[in-house]
Amino acid sequence: MTEIGHARLRSEDTRLITGRTRWTDNLTPAGTLHVAYLRSPHAHARIDNVDVEAAKRRPNVVAVLSGKDLAEEQGALPCAWQVTEDMKLPAHPPMAVDEVRYAGEPVACVVARDRYSAVDALEDIDVDYTPLPPVVDMEQAVQEGADLVHSDMGTNASYTWVFEQGDLDAAMRDAPVVLERRFVQQRLIPTAMEPRAVLCEPDGSGPTMDFTLHSATQIPHILRLMLSVVTEIPEHRIRVVAPDVGGGFGSKLQVYGEEVLALLLARRLGRPVKWTESRSEGNMAAHHGRDQIQKVTLAADRDGIIKGLKVELLADMGAYLMLVTPGVPLLGAFMFNGIYKMDAYSFTCTGVFTNKTPTDAYRGAGRPEATFAIERLMDELAAELGVDPIEVRRRNWIRHEEFPYDTIAGLTYDTGNYEAATEKALALFEYDKLRAEQKDRRERRDPVQLGIGVSTYTEMCGLAPSRVLGSLSYGAGGWEHASVRVLPSGKVEVVTGSSAHGQGHETAWAQIASDRLGVPFEDVKVLHGDTAVSPKGMDTYGSRSLAVGGVALYRACDKVVEKAKAIAAHLLEASEDDLDFGGGRFSVRGVEAAGLSIQEVSQAAFAAHDLPEGVEPTLDSDVTHDPDNFSFPHGTHLCAVEVDTETGFTKIREYVAVDDVGTVVNPMIVEGQVHGGLAQGIAQALYEEAVYDADGNLTTTTMADYLLPSAADLPHFTTDRTETPAAGNPLGVKGVGEAGTIASTPAVVNAIVDALRPSGVRDVPMPCTPERVWTALREGGAR
Amino acid sequence: MPRIRVEVDGETYEDDVEPRLLLVHYLRERLGKVGTPVGCDTTNCGACTVLLDGLSVKSCSVLAVQADGLPVTTVEGLSLDGTGDHPLQQAFHRAHALQCGYCTPGMIMASLDLLRDNPDPSEQEVREGLEGNLCRCTGYQNIVRAVRSAATEMRGREVTS
Amino acid sequence: MIPPTFEYLRPESLDEAVRMLPDAGEDAKVLAGGQSLMPLLRLRLAYPDALVDLDRVAELREIRDDGDAIVIGATATHHQVVRDPLVREHAPLVAAATATVADPAVRHRGTFGGSLAHADPAGDLPAVALALDVVMLARSASGGDREIPAREFFVDWMTTALEPDELLTGVRIRKPGPGWGFHYEKFHRTAQAWAIVGVACAVRRVQGAVEDVRIGLTNMGSVPLRASAVEERLGGGTLSDSALREASEHAAEGTEPPADLHGSADYRRHLARVLTRRALTAATTR
Repeated sequence: MTEIGHARLRSEDTRLITGRTRWTDNLTPAGTLHVAYLRSPHAHARIDNVDVEAAKRRPNVVAVLSGKDLAEEQGALPCAWQVTEDMKLPAHPPMAVDEVRYAGEPVACVVARDRYSAVDALEDIDVDYTPLPPVVDMEQAVQEGADLVHSDMGTNASYTWVFEQGDLDAAMRDAPVVLERRFVQQRLIPTAMEPRAVLCEPDGSGPTMDFTLHSATQIPHILRLMLSVVTEIPEHRIRVVAPDVGGGFGSKLQVYGEEVLALLLARRLGRPVKWTESRSEGNMAAHHGRDQIQKVTLAADRDGIIKGLKVELLADMGAYLMLVTPGVPLLGAFMFNGIYKMDAYSFTCTGVFTNKTPTDAYRGAGRPEATFAIERLMDELAAELGVDPIEVRRRNWIRHEEFPYDTIAGLTYDTGNYEAATEKALALFEYDKLRAEQKDRRERRDPVQLGIGVSTYTEMCGLAPSRVLGSLSYGAGGWEHASVRVLPSGKVEVVTGSSAHGQGHETAWAQIASDRLGVPFEDVKVLHGDTAVSPKGMDTYGSRSLAVGGVALYRACDKVVEKAKAIAAHLLEASEDDLDFGGGRFSVRGVEAAGLSIQEVSQAAFAAHDLPEGVEPTLDSDVTHDPDNFSFPHGTHLCAVEVDTETGFTKIREYVAVDDVGTVVNPMIVEGQVHGGLAQGIAQALYEEAVYDADGNLTTTTMADYLLPSAADLPHFTTDRTETPAAGNPLGVKGVGEAGTIASTPAVVNAIVDALRPSGVRDVPMPCTPERVWTALREGGAR
Repeated sequence: MPRIRVEVDGETYEDDVEPRLLLVHYLRERLGKVGTPVGCDTTNCGACTVLLDGLSVKSCSVLAVQADGLPVTTVEGLSLDGTGDHPLQQAFHRAHALQCGYCTPGMIMASLDLLRDNPDPSEQEVREGLEGNLCRCTGYQNIVRAVRSAATEMRGREVTS
Repeated sequence: MIPPTFEYLRPESLDEAVRMLPDAGEDAKVLAGGQSLMPLLRLRLAYPDALVDLDRVAELREIRDDGDAIVIGATATHHQVVRDPLVREHAPLVAAATATVADPAVRHRGTFGGSLAHADPAGDLPAVALALDVVMLARSASGGDREIPAREFFVDWMTTALEPDELLTGVRIRKPGPGWGFHYEKFHRTAQAWAIVGVACAVRRVQGAVEDVRIGLTNMGSVPLRASAVEERLGGGTLSDSALREASEHAAEGTEPPADLHGSADYRRHLARVLTRRALTAATTR
């Protein structure tokens, strides 16, 4: 059986279903000290004094430190994305020293012999604050004379970034239909199930002290480099391990103050130190996602043909710029045009500081925001013209024969077939039947109305071609590394720089290696998530693992085969040109009996007794792959909702997702990614929101207030695929990690608005809570 | 400090504990039973679900002293040899009902309780029965599938044994 | 997060519990399942000096027949209540509403009396207690046994008529005669979320006329409330669809609903009206 396309059960499951896991918090080496943080109760305040003396006297307490105590050594947390030359980049101390700028910012820490004692001692730390005016609303923050988050900067605007293509003024001026809408992407809390945790073990002493840092991180490699930059501890003295990591969704694509401080505390105390956050702590202090105000203007002709699109964004950065904070909304810049053709486009984004938790990547990062806006607009355009929303999309999308297609946003979409995905989705959904039911309910004035929402999305995956990142002033490249070692016994070790935290790399990577090398799946072991094991990598985010890291592995396998072929030809006394490789065996064409297995070649390469001239011993290879282009998954999602017009409650009745993620290595894993993505996208549409009060206090600090959907709240999904291989890589893969999230949010909101449109409703802000639906109905009805 | 005697996954432990020590911390930090993780502080997520005296509880909301004299079963006790051969564990594996796996121990223990109560649940009954266990990766569909498939398997076993 | 320190007392009998409570001090808390208290402790929103854990007081767990009533012991768990044949037969409203409390694991630990004594106006059971006009049974070392009608039990936000040294021992619920219908209509955003509004109703009809009606409202004020204006309008009349609809429009009268993340006061008033109509309809169409 060919491994590519095979729904292999996952190798990583055994330890996860038996509880034999390696979460960071499970690790407690002898002598481990426990850290607890005192966090600011104010959104904005000056720190006048921190008195730690009483806390130091408590039992089991080893050290109590304020930001001032660490000011000399703690450095500043990094931002890797200087999006404009004049971007305002405030210093971000891991622990606040003079001023706190969001509620939850660390102010002091206790290190104690046990977790309970550490938390107890926090209550004996006495901090004097002078409250300063909090900046809570990003629109007010950019008004003249607004209070400032960073008083020395003179403005709350970090940057304004502009992209323009085509003559937008002309397009707008001449268009008979101009739709202007304001959409709000609410602030979200990514909420990986595993709270953040970090353990740092020092080894040795003095300047040659080494550190092993375990962290619940998506990015062990980037983290190592950044920790070294921040602390000036030499990079080669730091080893970062991401053991089992319980989900990330972007929230663990970060360099957190608590990680930096773990290093510093371990260095200072010479003992292992561990910190594990509580959920309520994490809700305040792990980065948030989304939080944009979008003003979008779409120009079209009377047939619904799009002429131009104007996008004006305010993006809430929170109090500081973290690892990729300023760049997140800009990833959307290339996606607001969606799958549609248009003549002119302009995008402007201003990043705004507020006294809130910093924002950064959350599943989709910039692309869900863009997709939401364009897909909502397409439904609005259809309604404006009285045309079916599928039809209006059909009139505008790039036809399959038009690929490769250079978009107005400057990307080249390599392949796609929007027609095929849409046809399949419509059939699965029984679109016409549901439309008929909708009509019937409308006529009967049923208190429960039916709405149908459409989302024909695309997204950019496989972050990212390094030259493109360079042109966007990103601080690093977008390549990925893989190495393949065929061991003397013929077993195979694969090392990948991509760091899995639920995505199933240990299975899918083994499938690729098994397929390319012709060795049994069981003979392949995948190693990842440890800088001492995996020498280089760019880690896991942006649906990049397979499209960049998987392709690196594919190429590394081919390189091994190439080397093996030279050795085999030498041993078989044949020309390489006469050798065929298949099923793990080199054979001389036309001479069936003459051949060598790759295991035999590996043994020979290990012994190295008789290798061809210039060929080095051992059978292994390294590839660092830098993609030429992004990849562009796409698909058509259809959602039917029932809206109770009396209470405003929305229930999803049907959800059909047809995704084209290119070639599929493991369809079971792909489907799982889609399911999970849908759940998060639907949750943005219906449930989740990080809410701040007027003083800048987060009011959704627990899961009782920040509502995540359970199994009882979500529907059964119908999923299917079309398969148009990506042209940009030899595997034909595109990426699937974020597609479900990106596509589903607008599908749900479009469905709700569709249900209520006869009542005059044109929008419901997210999350579309029952109250907001009810309010929209009252206001719509009053129009 | 009260002394407690608790049977965890078939082994008896006797310990002096602070009254405020949470059962989950007792399991993790005193007994080294780290298979049961913690995901929240408000009984919402269910990651720490174990069986206490045969019924599912959120071990972050039970004091260790309250477990005194009672049996506790964690995910580690389902297949003591670590092969994960309990029908629920196998069903979770086969149905791809886990991704990061952090919610999995709690999800499996809650499912065990659900099937004890209702050996043949409908899809809706599974969804409602697991309303106290949050998963951020799977969208739940494969979890529901796994539980129903385990139910079939477990009913079959009862008949044959 | 980690609970603060406290003294832990574990009486083995009701007598012992009642004796222990006054000695445990002013800031002692009764632990009756702890599914609300434990999160408060973990978030350090409560600092009791001592916890008096009723977990081992077997007599408080009993659900018994008491002639024309049933008595649910204070620490009968939600799990137990939902399945108990006496409750299902004689207090189906309690069984139905209890089944909506939190989730199965929480229902295994959480108790009937604990929920009532916690007196969270967003809890489901206080409104049910009002609708059924139950009697709270209390005992203290100083005052002996005392009966408190449900309508006098909830005195302020999370505050009951129980004296500091007094223990809720059980709840007496009259067995309904013929003609009664019940329903609990709960409205919440997700399955495990608290009720934004809930409506518990008990209606007795005799030959089509409403002989008795009591409606309890969840989360419509600092205490659970009765929808008295609706009750007055329905009493004695026949239950036509329009009468029911008209009466339900008064469901929010006299309420002071909170405004929070999940709903404004206005929205809650609206929900009270809609849900009251639905609850009444359901209670009278079985």
